[in-house]
Amino acid sequence: MSQLFTAPFELAYPYKRSLGPTLSVFFNGLRDGRLFGARTEEGRVLVPPTEYDPMTGRSTKDLVEVGPSGTVTNWCWVAQPRSDHPITDRPFAWATIQLEGADTGLLHVVATDDASQMKLGMRVWPVWAEERVGTMRDIQWFQTKPPPDCSNQHTVAAPLTQIISPSRLCYQVTASELLREFLVALMDKKIVGSRCPVTGKVYVPPRGASPVTGQPMESDLVEVAQTGTVTTFCVVNIPFEGQRLKPPYVCAHVLLDGADVPLLHLVGGCDAAEVTMGMRVSAVWVDDAQMAPTLESIAYFQPTGETDVSMLDDAKPA
Amino acid sequence: MRDVAIIGYHRMLPSLQNTAEESQMVSIVVSGALNQAGLSRRDVDFFCSGSCDYNMGRPFSFVMALDGIGAWPPACESHVEMDAAWALYEAWVHLQMGHAEIAVVYGFGKSSLVDMEMVSTQQLDPYFLAPLGVTGTDLAGMQAAALLNTGRYSTRDFAEVVIRSRTAVGGSGTAKELLQAPQLHGPLRAHDLPVRADGAAAVVLAAGPRACVHGAAHIIGIDHRIEAHSVGARDLSQSASTALAGKQAGVVNVDVAELHASYSHQEFILKDALNLGGGVVLNPSGGSLVDDIPMVSGLIRLGEAAVAIREGGANRAVAHASSGPCLQQNLVCLLEGGRG
Repeated sequence: MSQLFTAPFELAYPYKRSLGPTLSVFFNGLRDGRLFGARTEEGRVLVPPTEYDPMTGRSTKDLVEVGPSGTVTNWCWVAQPRSDHPITDRPFAWATIQLEGADTGLLHVVATDDASQMKLGMRVWPVWAEERVGTMRDIQWFQTKPPPDCSNQHTVAAPLTQIISPSRLCYQVTASELLREFLVALMDKKIVGSRCPVTGKVYVPPRGASPVTGQPMESDLVEVAQTGTVTTFCVVNIPFEGQRLKPPYVCAHVLLDGADVPLLHLVGGCDAAEVTMGMRVSAVWVDDAQMAPTLESIAYFQPTGETDVSMLDDAKPA
Repeated sequence: MRDVAIIGYHRMLPSLQNTAEESQMVSIVVSGALNQAGLSRRDVDFFCSGSCDYNMGRPFSFVMALDGIGAWPPACESHVEMDAAWALYEAWVHLQMGHAEIAVVYGFGKSSLVDMEMVSTQQLDPYFLAPLGVTGTDLAGMQAAALLNTGRYSTRDFAEVVIRSRTAVGGSGTAKELLQAPQLHGPLRAHDLPVRADGAAAVVLAAGPRACVHGAAHIIGIDHRIEAHSVGARDLSQSASTALAGKQAGVVNVDVAELHASYSHQEFILKDALNLGGGVVLNPSGGSLVDDIPMVSGLIRLGEAAVAIREGGANRAVAHASSGPCLQQNLVCLLEGGRG
């Protein structure tokens, strides 16, 4: 089997989430070192609080202070903590903790020396973080002894109306056999596509299945020309975050000679105002030292100087 | 109600890492399922799929996969960001409404691209749970602990499920051997956790007269129910949503059950919720414990239940699919053969 092409890929969003009337009390409370639950119509107290009673769907009424201590109603020992767990340097227990005055369990971690010290019904106290911002991590962990200072600390900061809730996932992306062949060909300054055995149409970059028939493409990839025709384009004038080129620049669909679908790339080597639909262009490769298995090995497509192709015939559906 | 039946099914062989394009995987399973049904793509009125962009690491991954169905002329198509078992439910509704006679349901997913535990954290509520970094397996450990606390089952029972599941796919071993391993997530040992895999599966549904073919597995009941997300607000040792979905689907007198229990202990919770007696053959396919494909394992349970009817001689089979932490949401489908 040929060597796999893999690359790391990180997907992260710094989401800001609004809190609303119920959760804002809870998260402002955490920042102050206090715990709150929501009281339902029946008088049950839900911790963490919700705007509705999950059993009836009806709105909860008021918020009431609970804790700070609670009893462990269920627990699970983690022998090998992960790097994103609240405790990373030693084993700990996940636990649902029913805080004093609450009727449901709050999920958090309990720090004990070993699993033998964990018991159902045991009483635990929160250990607050010194700097609190209004997150579940304002509680470092729960422990079996009251911490020396369990007093509330009211902050004078403005009330929180939203929290920052970052979301991050790390992938190891592996190129399919098709994509690998396409990328390897680019290293040789070749552009290849896949051909549908039924329609004969050539797709660049190669596709895993024919979009028309849903069946596999021909097994051998076909090389297409490095010249083509601009079928449509867009002059980018607006700057945006993460932009790599200085506006104005031209994104274009280039229908390479021998291909049946256009490739999205850049048109350069001329003034943006000179680009037309039907313009003939050819690939300009980056310097040999910069060549890599990526479409960025083509710097851009530049005008060949040939007469524009009439788009009228090509514009008709096949 | 219209008669709707599973008349074709195909899944890829389990694979720890499959580097094929999504469209290639979809092409293989859709072709396979249609071949079994004796149909071609032109016979299909409706396509519905299940997949997850968090899992695949790119937006609109299902759009890229559409090449695998040959969506030209433009296909009538829909997608759920869930296990494809819920896509099957949507297709079933579509057929019940009389909008289609033949539907193809497919799902695809890869565990090899990303740490699935990290993904499971991101699928939790972003206020109270995700910020703690708690994972699906951490929560499964809590659920297993809650089940053990009832005194009804033991970790030895969990190990017996593992042995039976592995034996179904050609493995061997004894519970005694397994119990030598250390407990990693509460009472759960490594063998109690799912083997993560890559893959795809497809099912062909037919309605009305088209459903009356040899080997068809008729859907005589289907329902799905969800309960509170917060694990502290539920009794984790039971599955009220499975019990209710099973009641609504009319689960009774079944020969075979395909249960989407990715962790060994969950089989007991589901078995109890569905009142499955000792005579019911559980997970003859080996279940999702031996190969768990994100967004596909639930649909595979439906497909394998149909196989139990088509090839295994079962008269009635129940299929179950699950979603969310600690069996939060559950779909139950009752299948019956013998009308073709």
